[in-house]
Amino acid sequence: MDPLSELAIEVLKKGPHDGPTIDAFMKSHSFPLVEGGKVTFCFRGQVDGVHLKSWVYGLPNSQPLHHLSDSDLWHLTLDIPPKSRVEYKFEIVRNGNGHWIEDPLNPFRATDPFGANSVVHGEGYSIPEWTQVDPDARPGTLEPWVVKSKAFNDTRGFLVYLPARFRKTRRYPLLFVHDGPDYVRFANLKTVLDNLIHRLEIPDLVVALTGSPNRIGEYADDERHARYVTEEAIPDLEARLPLIGQPRGRCLMGASFGGVASLSTAVRYPGFYGRLLLQSGSFAFSDIGHQNKRGPAFEPVVKFMNRFRENPVLVADKAFISCGMHESLIYENRSLIPMLQTTQLELKYVEARDGHNWENWRDRLREGLSWLFPGPLRMVYE
Amino acid sequence: MRGALLGPQQLKVSLGDAVSAIGREGPIALVTCGWQEREDQDEDLPSQLGRKTINLKLYERGEQVLAADKVFAKAHRARQDQLRQIQEFYRLRLERTFDAALAISRKAAGTDLEADELRLSMEQVRRIDQEHLERVSALREAHELQVRPMERPVIAKHREELKKILSNVGILAVAGGHVAVLMNRLRMFGVKDLLNDHALVAWSGGAMVTGERVVLFHESPPEGFGISEVLEQGIGLHSGVLPLPNPRLRLKLDEPLRVGWLSKRYAPDKCVAMDQGDFVQFDGEKWFGEEGTILLKTDGTVGTGWTH
Repeated sequence: MDPLSELAIEVLKKGPHDGPTIDAFMKSHSFPLVEGGKVTFCFRGQVDGVHLKSWVYGLPNSQPLHHLSDSDLWHLTLDIPPKSRVEYKFEIVRNGNGHWIEDPLNPFRATDPFGANSVVHGEGYSIPEWTQVDPDARPGTLEPWVVKSKAFNDTRGFLVYLPARFRKTRRYPLLFVHDGPDYVRFANLKTVLDNLIHRLEIPDLVVALTGSPNRIGEYADDERHARYVTEEAIPDLEARLPLIGQPRGRCLMGASFGGVASLSTAVRYPGFYGRLLLQSGSFAFSDIGHQNKRGPAFEPVVKFMNRFRENPVLVADKAFISCGMHESLIYENRSLIPMLQTTQLELKYVEARDGHNWENWRDRLREGLSWLFPGPLRMVYE
Repeated sequence: MRGALLGPQQLKVSLGDAVSAIGREGPIALVTCGWQEREDQDEDLPSQLGRKTINLKLYERGEQVLAADKVFAKAHRARQDQLRQIQEFYRLRLERTFDAALAISRKAAGTDLEADELRLSMEQVRRIDQEHLERVSALREAHELQVRPMERPVIAKHREELKKILSNVGILAVAGGHVAVLMNRLRMFGVKDLLNDHALVAWSGGAMVTGERVVLFHESPPEGFGISEVLEQGIGLHSGVLPLPNPRLRLKLDEPLRVGWLSKRYAPDKCVAMDQGDFVQFDGEKWFGEEGTILLKTDGTVGTGWTH
């Protein structure tokens, strides 16, 4: 955008605000209006107030839209840096009551286990094409898997991704994914695996897409979880599938609490895992005492992180860590990096202008997976 | 040996022209094991080469060997694991040395030390490459001494069949694909020693593995900065040229620093980029007919007419 050109909303504000003028304005633009580093959110309707609800660390969670006088148009312009992705909702206020809705003018939405949000793409952001189905990429298969767990005294079922050209005579690395079904559903993980394998950017991988009936409890440095993964699930997979079965062929992956589960499991079993992929890990800690402001669910996390920070040990050969700049956990993740570097861990850390959400985690998968498991792209010259 | 090296053939097929230029009559023996499981999907090649073809099926033969000879298979896997590890360590060493070279070149820029530091950095990288090559070769030799592949009955049987096929053809055509698989299968069956007066037509990865040194390269891989790396010694059917197929995808020919480094690093071999359909011929002593191919020069520029 030409820095001297005026924002569309500013031009509109100068002219008449009658119905036909607003109609023409709405018809001639798509919303939110992205103009360089400025994004203008608009809502049209007879309401008492509209608030932008977003989860950008450093900005207020709620910001009022301004009412364009003599009209039913509400608007708010924010600075949104290029290549950003921001998820948001509108709170519509009528008769003193507010309710949250997706932006009716915005076709882009992101889903997660709690529902959906509208998404605004800052200038220069586009949905990576490798996250979308490629008809040339042969799809892998998802096989059901069941493991009896003494650690949890129950039976755990999950899905195992086998690459399209899976052969029993080969040996594959294993990627063990926490919140696997959510990764598939909200971060297109299966499509991403199919595509990256097809493009030779990662090798053929076997992927355990595991879940938990109580992730907040079990993923927060629960000894039983680490035992289940390391002494039960992975040995069972390695016994029944042609896996490499060595640290370099074992990777733990997870986002948010799944990141904590991955790190804490690796800490409990040093030398067993060779790779870690941690996204927006909920690595809460305290510098004095074990108090934390994030709530009781984080208490075991804080204890674990404080212990780990006291004595950081080498837990894997390589780790890829990513976090969104728009999430409050950026502080904890940034703090983790220099500490891990002291352990001689080979580390790649990436920040994105995004929040604590599945599409952020989706968009970092290519860089993370291809760094941890470089594919045969360098080996294949057709 | 005489022959032709070609760039990729997906978008512009020049195999027929290359075969015509070589002028050798008769059917052609095919190596498509770089395509792995798709090895037998070679139905387009007879018309593209303009000759009857006989696929040596080295991939399939290799799988049969590994299934039939468990002792060999175990030793083969163990060696592959070692090679992978050595390659990873070499890559780490290389990355750190490159990081140091970049940092030093920034600090030394404009000073009297600049040229000397650059030369030292280059020497270090070339030494790391050379040591890696020697290490991998020593590992291969030790493996061959230990398992004596050519003397193993199942391999000897396949070699007899291959020898018979090769005695009835005048040209060996080596397609691209996975270069490590190509190398493994060509070595497993000792194909080089089965050749007599054959001519070679090799494209893309096939051109790379049939040279004296196999160099892996991709200057914009998804995982970050792409530093080329030596894989191992090639089969050695041609010498003096390091083929770099598909430069549009894999090289940054408009970046003089990268071009110059690549060229100096692999000297005295000539780094020659070959795009779709480009090819160059050789007769064992000279290279000629290089139309379309591009030479990477030590001063960071690129040029044509390099065989003159």
